[in-house]
Amino acid sequence: MSTREYMLGNVAIARGIVEGGGQVISGYPGTPSSEIIGTLAGMKERDFYVEWSVNEKVALEVAAGAAMTGVRSVVTMKHVGLNVAADPLLTLAYTGVKGSMIIIVADDPSCHSSQNEQDTRRYSQFSLIPCLDPCTPQEAKDMIPYAFEFSNKVQMPVIFRPTTRISHGKSDVELGPVNETRPAAEFVKELERWVMVPKNARVQHPHLLELQKDILNELENSPWNSLELSDGAKVGVIASGIASVYAKEAIIKQGINASFLKIGTYPVPENKIRTLMENSERIIIFEEMEPVVEEQVRIIAQETGSNVEVIGKLQGPVPRIYELNTDICSDVLADVLELERPDVPAEVAEDFDYDRCRIDLPMRPPVMCPGCSHRSTFHVMKKVYGKDAIFPSDIGCYTLGIQSGTVDTTLCMGGSITVASGMYQAGEKKPICCSIGDSTFFHTGMNGLLNAIYNKADITVTIVDNRITAMTGHQPNPGMGKLVTGEETSEVDLEALCKGLGAGFVETADPYDLKQTEEVFKRAKEYKGTSVVITEQLCVIDAKRSGIRRTPFTIDAEKCTGCRLCVNLGCPAIEFDTNTRKASINAMCTGCGVCAALCKFDAITEVKK
Amino acid sequence: MSSEGISKFDLVIAGVGGQGTILASDIIGKAAVKGNMSVRAAETHGMAQRGGSVVNHIRLGCELGSMIPMKGADVLLALEPSEALRYLEFLSDDGTIIVNTDPILPVTVTSGLCTYPDVDAIISKLEETHKVKAFNATELAKEAGHPQSMNVVMVGAVSNYLPISVDTMLECVKELVPPKTIDINAKAFEMGRNIAQE
Repeated sequence: MSTREYMLGNVAIARGIVEGGGQVISGYPGTPSSEIIGTLAGMKERDFYVEWSVNEKVALEVAAGAAMTGVRSVVTMKHVGLNVAADPLLTLAYTGVKGSMIIIVADDPSCHSSQNEQDTRRYSQFSLIPCLDPCTPQEAKDMIPYAFEFSNKVQMPVIFRPTTRISHGKSDVELGPVNETRPAAEFVKELERWVMVPKNARVQHPHLLELQKDILNELENSPWNSLELSDGAKVGVIASGIASVYAKEAIIKQGINASFLKIGTYPVPENKIRTLMENSERIIIFEEMEPVVEEQVRIIAQETGSNVEVIGKLQGPVPRIYELNTDICSDVLADVLELERPDVPAEVAEDFDYDRCRIDLPMRPPVMCPGCSHRSTFHVMKKVYGKDAIFPSDIGCYTLGIQSGTVDTTLCMGGSITVASGMYQAGEKKPICCSIGDSTFFHTGMNGLLNAIYNKADITVTIVDNRITAMTGHQPNPGMGKLVTGEETSEVDLEALCKGLGAGFVETADPYDLKQTEEVFKRAKEYKGTSVVITEQLCVIDAKRSGIRRTPFTIDAEKCTGCRLCVNLGCPAIEFDTNTRKASINAMCTGCGVCAALCKFDAITEVKK
Repeated sequence: MSSEGISKFDLVIAGVGGQGTILASDIIGKAAVKGNMSVRAAETHGMAQRGGSVVNHIRLGCELGSMIPMKGADVLLALEPSEALRYLEFLSDDGTIIVNTDPILPVTVTSGLCTYPDVDAIISKLEETHKVKAFNATELAKEAGHPQSMNVVMVGAVSNYLPISVDTMLECVKELVPPKTIDINAKAFEMGRNIAQE
């Protein structure tokens, strides 16, 4: 039987967790990290505990608690999630773990689906927690069992940092054996270690610093760092993580004789860097995002009095923004080594001039699905609060409401209510109505709502509740009464929760019912203080999957006056023919009926069977 | 073009979120592994997914990164005509374009912000620089039994070019599509394969 399978990087990482004998796995969904827990939860036979936690801080603490009892735990999140979990992270470095703990943080260079492109390796430096940086899905899988072992050996958590192209890359992956041993959970009281009162923290910090030497020694010779010295080469290339495969391809393509140091661990392998330095006149460094390796190389060069020329991101020409690729590496190598540039310079990709085709391509931005209830919520919100109102929003599908004119700010998870409060407290007189999804509300929105109510912010908080965490791929959350494994659990009552936090006005509306929703919003606007409107309707994709079939709608061309009221809703199922000046409904219609309610000429009706 | 020491065959699949580009790329990737070939692929997830422009890269016989360099692809498989043009820069000068001529209008067009170019104009533009196989794959899929099998029609079409046996490809189609739709998809695959041979 073949042990080679075609899999997504995140599925390979999940496999690595199984092979390494992971016992407690927690996380919060975030692209590109989400499929790791999804894959583990979907396994038919499971001998580990897996959960979606309500946010990354909570998830990290759950995994930390497990690792304190001596078992192998994993927490998963995306890079911005680590900011939420940064508080426990920095102290966890002091306490360390007794079992093993891997902190998986997926980075997203180029912001494919993120609000910034921060580099998790900086948190590794900051917290003094070692970090592994895979270059392929295969290596990502293989690193996980190693990380468990390593973490246990040094009694420290390990950060594992895949990037988008690893997490959402696919590859043939050679499977390995599954570690069958399962250490039993047993917490041993060690107050000096687990209780970080100042007296203990003052002892743990020097211990943590002392530990760095052991960590460096262990990682230096791990399989994830490799140095190939090439005969007669005056150039050394250092590349880390996924940049190492881009750099390798560029070197082959250009036929360059260069020594090559591939780095997959932080702290970086200092001895290998020294050896390369002794054998090179110039060193070119490729790494995704921040110049983390480059800074270390420069420090080593200064320490050793080396004259080697260091070329990277700090002074250019390697870009410090967006993701790298083979073309960028080829161009840098060509420019630095004064070779002929390959026939297609990398910047062509970014500056590709569509006019060159002499055909204008229509923009194709991602949009809310046909029939998505967020669209009608936003429509009503805009109508009631007016164009001049301020609409802070949050992170989720509804951020696409930017096209509806109802997303004025997006800072971070849970940031909508707090930003709205700040605007009100600053003295802003315009009406303020913010929006936040159900999952985001459970994540960090609740604290913001509590704060708004307590401090008497006169704002409206709209919880766009589609009963699922849709944006990241339909993960369950505490509003659904369902665990990641499908098992039933208590279902949170959003209205009762908001009232419990002290809200004086809480009403729920069905956003498909425009009239009712409008009335609720009007009352909320009138209310003096923090009002909460919950617009509840199933996510259309989830509705379809659970077998809900609504009759699609059609437009009577005779009755259509071409007023475009329905078109302005921005639903992909509604088209407008500029020749006939009539609207029509295409096959994407999911039968929400919102456009029919909008039409003043009764031109939109259900399709008759 | 894919080259020695790097990759045996580089394929770019372009389309619109929801058309099934990931399934198309999965069929090919899985078939490559069955054919004992290393494979690397990259796909579009998350925010760009729904209704947005998506592109997948697949590299057969490649052990490096999954991203195909500019002008590196041997074939550009476009599930939607305007998307062929959008990702044309990935195709090598002597590469081939296989394109579904059935357009999907983006909201920017339906709401009147942009206009959609004439499909014939897109095709003749592509033909100016490259070999083009253009046909209405959505119609063929309907004939096969369901318009949703359009992606498998396109997989059938590209199977003529891939260094993977047809039997292995068809086997993977059957393994990856929903069980109820195996017959429809097998037919869709054959129809796509035949039309691209003409």
